[in-house]
Amino acid sequence: MNGADLLPLLVAVPLLAAVGPLLLGARRPRLARAVVVAVLAGQVALAVALAGLVLADGPASSVVGAIPAAFGIGLFADRLTAAMAVLVAVGALGAFLGDGRRPSGPEGSLWLLLVAGLSGVVVTADVFNLYVFLEISGLAAYALVASARGADAGLAALKYLLVGTVGATLYLLGVGYAFVATGTLAMADLAPALAAAGHGSTLVVAAFVLMAVGLAVKLALFPLHGWKPDAYAAAPPAVAAVLAALGSTVAGYALLRITYGVFTPALFEAAPAVRTLLLVAAAVSVLAGGALALRASEVRRLLAYSSVSQVGLFGLGLALSTPLAVTGALVGLVGHAVAKGGLFVAAGAIDRAHGARTVEEYAGLARRSPLVGAAVAVLAVSLVGLPPTVGFAGKWYLALGAVGAGAWAAAGVVVASTLLSLAYAGRLVERLYLGEPADPTVRTALRADGGRPDGTVERPALVVLAAAAVVVVALGLGSTALADWFAPVVEGWL
Amino acid sequence: MTELPFGVAAWAAHVAYALLVGVGLFVLIDDENLVKKVIGLNVFQTGVFLFFVTSAYRADGAAPVLTGEGPFVNPLPHVLVLTAIVVGVAVSAVALALVVRIYGAYGTLREDVIREVRAGRPEAGDPAARGTGAAEPEEGSA
Repeated sequence: MNGADLLPLLVAVPLLAAVGPLLLGARRPRLARAVVVAVLAGQVALAVALAGLVLADGPASSVVGAIPAAFGIGLFADRLTAAMAVLVAVGALGAFLGDGRRPSGPEGSLWLLLVAGLSGVVVTADVFNLYVFLEISGLAAYALVASARGADAGLAALKYLLVGTVGATLYLLGVGYAFVATGTLAMADLAPALAAAGHGSTLVVAAFVLMAVGLAVKLALFPLHGWKPDAYAAAPPAVAAVLAALGSTVAGYALLRITYGVFTPALFEAAPAVRTLLLVAAAVSVLAGGALALRASEVRRLLAYSSVSQVGLFGLGLALSTPLAVTGALVGLVGHAVAKGGLFVAAGAIDRAHGARTVEEYAGLARRSPLVGAAVAVLAVSLVGLPPTVGFAGKWYLALGAVGAGAWAAAGVVVASTLLSLAYAGRLVERLYLGEPADPTVRTALRADGGRPDGTVERPALVVLAAAAVVVVALGLGSTALADWFAPVVEGWL
Repeated sequence: MTELPFGVAAWAAHVAYALLVGVGLFVLIDDENLVKKVIGLNVFQTGVFLFFVTSAYRADGAAPVLTGEGPFVNPLPHVLVLTAIVVGVAVSAVALALVVRIYGAYGTLREDVIREVRAGRPEAGDPAARGTGAAEPEEGSA
């Protein structure tokens, strides 16, 4: 067996298995949930096996159905792809297990469709199929957000759908421009064909800008982030966790792949204005997202705005386009996915156990749920970027890259982002540990609102939280290994 | 055929594409009616599909059926648009399902009215802005 055989399975297995929970849901809800867990666990095994094979044999590629690569459905995996596939599988499994609520059969199907779509975005080698997979994952995400009861969820999901579809369609328009310029859609063929068409030509630059704006909507960079806080606050906790961990991360991966794998850094040299625009958008995103997070009172909104700030850091690394900065962006992307996913799992668990949703209501909860409190503290430390966590490693590489490129303003933004995130994440942790618990009358009101009287957190959520905290620290201590893992890909690009 | 008709046809098609994209986006952003927003989204997408179709055009091109006489128009964009139309249909279906649900909850399709209802709700805007969904996860797990 080699990696090329595994590639189609990464998409096909969850896609086909998605039928199962739908059929089982009505009669055998327990079995439906077991099927979802089993498929997600199988996905983890597949992704890890792929990573092992890529490590041993180098990049793998395959074309479905033995059609010439220029027209067929091409799939490709290098070390970066493998890492992202593992992240998608593990993140989805963790978020699914970390929720005490038993999802209905159709919801289980949507989870598998979401994983199929995200895995497809990761492994595809064709810019048009990227659009299709983006929409598969998007549709599953819209429906999952709407699966929360209450009118707010429907409205948030519709807003998410309208904005997300416009983003995907703008991306499609960019694909059309690139197709008109080159006559091909396969990523491997596009890179030389775009160079032949001239990276400075209006058509090629327009294609890149449209694709980048489309993906930036999915990534939720600052002016295009409006859908995110509503969707994350209204979605069921587990869905918010999986979207926070994977949604923007995979869009960021796609943007990176399109920028360096398809358009190559030559585009930035031919059209420096595009790079400047990207740098400015990313920097504004870092600062505005941080400021909005400071003002947010609801914890899930705070975390969503913090994501806006963190993807800004990723954009900064991408636009700086030096090997160190791109490595920093990648390490930061992975670290943010784990930390933010974990924090959303914690937010869901605290909501179920104590009925607390705002930063104020979190006061003193660390005393009642010490393990959750400790996990939140560790994950928040990674979000801020303090050693020994992976968040620190990402920011360290990014800052070194910015200084190395002589981009002092960018380095300043990285430092400012640390201060901003220290302020908003610190506020959360401070309330959690040092805040005075709400007085009994308020607590009764919270219970009436839905908090369980016993205030206990379910065991699966605790396990997932502990795992996230351990991963964040382990990746931080092993950040050199992580950077080395990405090194061949980054060196191939730059 | 000469150069001119192709130029005119392509020019007209590109104007139509730009108009559809512009009109669709405008309706999507400007209109308060949720159904019209979905229609605007569809018009916007259709404009982009039309752009793909025009990219397949060539003067004197025949339908790409191999038994016929060439030259053919490029079949690849047509296939892409077929796929994209299917995606668009799925998106519209989900969007309309959400609109139905929103109508059931608020009794209106107008976004400005919904905003007023939300603003007038006792707990809305307040930290937790709790809807009926707040108590729901506990019910499920209990």
